[in-house]
Amino acid sequence: MKTVFSMLLTLLLVCTSCGNDDNSTIQATNITFNFNHDWDGNQVTNTNFNTLDFTNENGEKMSITKLRYLISDIVFTDENDIETRIDGYNLVDVTNAEGLSFTATSGLANGTYKNVSFTFGFNNNDNYQNYTDLNSASWNVPSMLGGGYHFLQLEGKFIDSTNDEVGYAYHAIRAVDNSVSPQKFQDTFFEVNLGEVTISNNTVFNINMNIAEWFKGPNTWDLNVLNNMLMPNFDAQVMMFENGQNVFSLEP
Amino acid sequence: MRHWLAYAKVLIVFICISCSNEDTAQYTPTPTQLQIPKLFEDNILNPVIPLNNPQTVEGISLGKKLFFDPILSRDNTIACADCHNPKHAFTDPNRFSDGVDGLLGSRNSMPLFNLAWNYDEKFFWDGSSFSIEHQAFAPVTNPIEMANTWPTVEEKLIQHPEYPELFKQAFGASTIDSTLVTRAIAQFERTLISSNSKFDKHLLGETTLTSEELNGFNVFMDETRGDCFHCHGSDKNPLWTDNAFHNNGLDNTFTDLGLGNITGDPADNGKFKSPSLRNLAFTAPYMHDGRFLTLEDVINHYSEGLKNSPTIDPLMKKVAQGGVRLTSKDKADLKAFLLTLTDQEFISNPNFISP
Ligand code: HEC
Ligand code: HEC
Repeated sequence: MKTVFSMLLTLLLVCTSCGNDDNSTIQATNITFNFNHDWDGNQVTNTNFNTLDFTNENGEKMSITKLRYLISDIVFTDENDIETRIDGYNLVDVTNAEGLSFTATSGLANGTYKNVSFTFGFNNNDNYQNYTDLNSASWNVPSMLGGGYHFLQLEGKFIDSTNDEVGYAYHAIRAVDNSVSPQKFQDTFFEVNLGEVTISNNTVFNINMNIAEWFKGPNTWDLNVLNNMLMPNFDAQVMMFENGQNVFSLEP
Repeated sequence: MRHWLAYAKVLIVFICISCSNEDTAQYTPTPTQLQIPKLFEDNILNPVIPLNNPQTVEGISLGKKLFFDPILSRDNTIACADCHNPKHAFTDPNRFSDGVDGLLGSRNSMPLFNLAWNYDEKFFWDGSSFSIEHQAFAPVTNPIEMANTWPTVEEKLIQHPEYPELFKQAFGASTIDSTLVTRAIAQFERTLISSNSKFDKHLLGETTLTSEELNGFNVFMDETRGDCFHCHGSDKNPLWTDNAFHNNGLDNTFTDLGLGNITGDPADNGKFKSPSLRNLAFTAPYMHDGRFLTLEDVINHYSEGLKNSPTIDPLMKKVAQGGVRLTSKDKADLKAFLLTLTDQEFISNPNFISP
């Protein structure tokens, strides 16, 4: 499944090549985003999946069998606080090694930007649109939970307190409380600020997700208690949101 | 965002058209489009149609004839349709199918519909065959299916009173080979589209579900009850499958390794492709080995019959208790909902019945 970003890139190229023959002043800047993953410093790819090689903060041995997540809306802010937005989204699918990298073409001027950010998940406006590629990837959230899309699916096994191997499904969505009517929502998408960057042509950003952070802080995650049926669990969703604040960083 | 995507589709269509105009002298097959159902168009990606095998009226009709013709088998006794019966949504009501010598396989036949929307193009229970075209090579030479050789098939078709002309019309070809046979069959298979179930009509606002069916749908979508939607589609994914491979907890140990046999990775042992839940009313028995005769059996399996193993999917929860233990009402309603995915029009469509 190709990402929308690569579609946009192709289109931009096609459109540019058709229309802008004499417009030589517009500089197309290629910006590549790579998504890397680690567990407290040890690199994680799908080749590290399916074995109980990780130990989380709470002390459980655990494995990863599936990891995919959604990022959207990349924003560059220049020294004068002017924002340039690269609209779109990318489903990073570590399990199948798809969407781990994408290149966007933008009209961004070279130079220093005081911040670059992206959204983990979808903001509320984007979340309630209909995306054929995400539907095809079975990425939806049931309408009984308000609809929209998953932000993260992290699944695997862990050794529980009685020494049994048990599955977990750590799925992040917009938090919803179904016990009240009307349903109560709390936003759980968040902006990831990567700090100051310098753009030249063909800039590459290596963004890292430390998977261990999802289980670390501020909430030490106890898989014995919270391993499954987390989508309708309002409090668990808020905890995921809180733990998510520190998972991403920009590699030097 | 959506506009750009739509634009991209148009563009791709243009590119496709301009690529497929090979010169075929006096025989030019008539291009035709797949009729993409509205719910598919609105919600999921376009079907996969290879550039080198565009749909044509003549190709589809030839493929249909071949699909129903026992000529492909060694002793002229077995057609694709014998194991893929249109009345059963193109599968076999027998647990295992009879091949030419009465030999039985060890897997249940698979229903054939909406195959063009299998984006990863992995076919068979274990995903061992890539693309519809490529899959169609397999049954002809499989010793427990048609047990033939391709040179024999090609010779029989060349000697046949009608086929040479039909291949000319479909492909402008003066000779007949296995590649063209599989292309024609694949074109026919891509037309097998099922999209007119009661649930589809409900989504289109053309009918309403009973309260039992609606509750059953909620059981299906509810992570604390059925939680079927992570693997079997939803109101937003009208395929009712993710076309991916999972171990849904049938066995503690495996006689058939499934995907693991293909990838060689023990982490894939016991994984099989999630089947679509459309047309279950016609496709019993269920699972890769046809072990369950009824939908009650299937639901009981997920509810309290789960068997643990190292590769069981993490989405199979409460395995130690056998499953989520649905109430009898939820079970009955879940079954009622599953049956709303039955498409009567699909099994009676005259385009899909023996010519
Ligand atoms: C003797 C019975 C038999 C015959 C004849 C037969 N099939 Fe099958 N078919 C099966 C079985 C059994 C499977 C599942 C096999 C497996 O997964 O190992 C299958 C699977 C398939 C699939 C894969 C569907 C999916 O969703 O992955 C396709 C497509 C298919 N057959 C098409 C055909 C065509 C075309 C022919 C004729 C050229 C044919 N079959 C002849 C029994 C048969
Ligand atoms: C983890 C993914 C997953 C989940 C969740 C799941 N299934 Fe399945 N389902 C599968 C797989 C894989 C198979 C095929 C297994 C095999 O044959 O070995 C299957 C087979 C089936 C079949 C048999 C279909 C046929 O044609 O043989 C039915 C019916 C079914 N599932 C219904 C359900 C229902 C109802 C639920 C929810 C209670 C559910 N499934 C949850 C993956 C899943």
